[in-house]
Amino acid sequence: MSTLNSNIPAGELTQKWTKYKASMPLVNPSNKRSLEVIVVGSGLAGASAAATLAEMGYKVKCFCFQDSPRRAHSIAAQGGINAAKNYQNDGDSTYRLFYDTIKGGDYRAREANVHRLAEVSVNIIDQCVAQGVPLAREYGGLLDNRSFGGTQVQRTFYAAGQTGQQLLLGAYSALERQVGMGKVQMYTRHEMLDVVVIDGKARGIIARNLITGELERHFGHAVVLGTGGYGNVFYLSTNAMGSNVTAAWKVHKKGAFFANPCYTQIHPTCIPVSGDHQSKLTLMSESLRNDGRIWVPKKKDDNRKASDIPEDERDYYLERRYPAFGNLVPRDVASRAAKERCDAGYGVGSSKLAVYLDFKANTERYGRIEASKAGNHNPDKETCMRLGTAVIKEKYGNLFDMYAQITGENPYEMPMRIYPAVHYTMGGVWVDYDLMTTIPGLYCTGEANFSDHGANRLGASALMQGLADGYFVLPYTIGAYLSKELATKPIPTDHPAFVEAENNVKATIDKFLSINGTKSVDHFHKRLGHIMWEKCGMARNREGLTQAIKEIQDLRREFWADVKVPGSADEFNPELEKAHRVADFIELGELMCIDALNREESCGGHFREEHQTEEGEAKRDDENFAYVAAWEYKGVSEFELHKEELNYENIKVAQRNYK
Amino acid sequence: MSTGNMNLTLQVWRQKNSKSAGKLVDYKLSEISPDMSFLEMFDVLNEQLITKGEEPVVFDHDCREGICGMCSMFINGQPHGPKDLVTTCQLHMRSFKDGDTIVVEPWRAKAFPVIKDLAVDRSAFDRIIASGGFVSVNTGNAQDANALPIPKLQADAAFEAAACIGCGACVATCKNASAMLFVSAKVSQLALLPQGQPERYRRVQSMVAQMDEEGFGNCTNTGACEAECPKGISLENIARMNRDYFTAKFASEEEV
Repeated sequence: MSTLNSNIPAGELTQKWTKYKASMPLVNPSNKRSLEVIVVGSGLAGASAAATLAEMGYKVKCFCFQDSPRRAHSIAAQGGINAAKNYQNDGDSTYRLFYDTIKGGDYRAREANVHRLAEVSVNIIDQCVAQGVPLAREYGGLLDNRSFGGTQVQRTFYAAGQTGQQLLLGAYSALERQVGMGKVQMYTRHEMLDVVVIDGKARGIIARNLITGELERHFGHAVVLGTGGYGNVFYLSTNAMGSNVTAAWKVHKKGAFFANPCYTQIHPTCIPVSGDHQSKLTLMSESLRNDGRIWVPKKKDDNRKASDIPEDERDYYLERRYPAFGNLVPRDVASRAAKERCDAGYGVGSSKLAVYLDFKANTERYGRIEASKAGNHNPDKETCMRLGTAVIKEKYGNLFDMYAQITGENPYEMPMRIYPAVHYTMGGVWVDYDLMTTIPGLYCTGEANFSDHGANRLGASALMQGLADGYFVLPYTIGAYLSKELATKPIPTDHPAFVEAENNVKATIDKFLSINGTKSVDHFHKRLGHIMWEKCGMARNREGLTQAIKEIQDLRREFWADVKVPGSADEFNPELEKAHRVADFIELGELMCIDALNREESCGGHFREEHQTEEGEAKRDDENFAYVAAWEYKGVSEFELHKEELNYENIKVAQRNYK
Repeated sequence: MSTGNMNLTLQVWRQKNSKSAGKLVDYKLSEISPDMSFLEMFDVLNEQLITKGEEPVVFDHDCREGICGMCSMFINGQPHGPKDLVTTCQLHMRSFKDGDTIVVEPWRAKAFPVIKDLAVDRSAFDRIIASGGFVSVNTGNAQDANALPIPKLQADAAFEAAACIGCGACVATCKNASAMLFVSAKVSQLALLPQGQPERYRRVQSMVAQMDEEGFGNCTNTGACEAECPKGISLENIARMNRDYFTAKFASEEEV
């Protein structure tokens, strides 16, 4: 075990980034033209980095597996993006956003990174508005904000329930502008299947053209991953079907440490599972918790319709347990509270694995305000509901429609049924302050890295981090590395390291196609997901994790002996793509359980049943576990732990309290 | 819960690759649940085909929540199927009846060549955006986001145009395979905002030129695109684009 150096600049917290930026080595414009950077992934982090690097003058190649960079899964983020603008004059500041993020992350994130994130958050909003991103506005023409979990200020900017879409299309347009100018070469329907390391430095990738099946070698002076999270290890999650860990896992196997893999975020407000056929889960934005009240019946196994249960027989359990934050507690707290009620027998719906999210009280309240605006100060209930429904429709119309479409129920008339689902992964490839991994020249941004959210991410912070990394952090920090690479001539791709990497990828593909077993890739993926959800999901314990590790190892052996991948290597073959991804998920799943087993404490999204307070809250062990667990790949089922100690110099570490 | 009682006949377009000819192939499916999405029904079909040793049907899909724009099936003669304002991934089997025969084809347009089975190449859309669908503002150039107030109604209108997911249903349903709704949505979004003004007329010209170069057809105002758009993008955008296009044409060259 070694101790990792995160290369955090010296100096006072609020000055670190400013001073570091000002003293960083620069690359002059004519030299930038001869430096090539590969960006893998075209979501918020990847597209913004690729566009910005090209604007600065670097030669950029950008890769995505979808048919267009605009499809990346950032597009599905609904609720919003945080920024410490304090436009609402409610006492927000850079420090407060920094503090909320560290606290929300249950004191397991790096102070310096998070402060930098809070600093650049304001620039992101400026940049996006300048690009023509249509964020929500008030009648005065200024930007609107709303509240999100884990904060007591309104700092979330949004575009109805489509904030991710609008921000991604902004980054996509910036990227396509560079493509049009010939400064970015875009490779769509390409999947990275290995990184090429020469003399200890990342020098390129092997990518498969998904249409022709051809393996391609691409050189870069540096490689940047912005390839998203690994929530699909659970099979059912709110991630897109194609979201995967493959790029991150390949670099892990080539020497990049993987940090805190057990930190997964289970989002409290998703549409419950309806049957075995289900292929994905759909999120109902956290912004709904602004206006929805969460409850279950006070009586066990109450089978009455929600509308037949009188007010005094409802248990608004979040408001009861956490009066200060109520329905706006952080996601991990809200998810566990829902699980606790359902496990205790108070769940609703046919599966009993759901709680109600009820808009009635706020609909009526909005209706009363609207009526009052129109001069009616004593409106009847029906008028209130009619006027209030119109307000709710304007705020959340697309989400309500989506809910109705999926469940066949009308959420304007009866409360939504919701249940927690896998949504985001805080863990990821370990990076230092520069966002560089343990492989020199290999960088990792956005959800794919581990850096800013600690053990739990606050709502509306993922979009912020993806764009902070891509627009405002990486384009600077990568310069420090590239300034030392001016003498490096492009390495021809017939270099033995390229040949070897390609041969390894080819061998894996041949292996998949030759097994010719009896079960589909999805079959194995579903079984892996089941193990992970049951034993490494919302609550974990020693016994379950130990079993899970064994079960995953067995599953891996069975997969490599009995998987059936139809078709051939030299054609468009989605089953072959899935085989790569699921093979990597299986290996990652094992590491997640190992990490969860190692972390003998509860923190944020990682809840070990052995470690809880009397009230059932997460109980951290700061003395022994205030570190980042960064794992080094040593071979099949072998991982070595390296620790990065977390030092809190500016924030007093305390038990999180949302009461 | 998991299995249902619907029996269906699917007629699915199978085509090996862009060079070979394709044909409709019949498949029988049973025990389909009305709660399944249309794509989950295809998952069931593919699982059966793989088990039988046949090649599964290739189709594009990703987010399965109606926002990424990747899914693209032409179902019983309608892009994204019979329901208004939803994409194929959000279409559920409760919209069909037991015993139905469902015909599933790829998007059909010269500018969207078939890659395999139901997957088509929509990269023409990216090239149209690359030709001008942006505001030229490098990272770091922006002023404070609230320095320029924008009337709410104008911002809302821009947002409605920006809701386009680039799926291509408008092209697929148009008898001329015109991309006017897609192009006009982006042109409108930026034309409605102050940030889009400096490049307004230059943008509309280059985007229209690229659209023509890609081989999309002309608009003859049938309105099918608006009727089939899963995001409800309005025909008004086309009118707005035409106005800007002609203004640009008649203006002197220095101005545009």
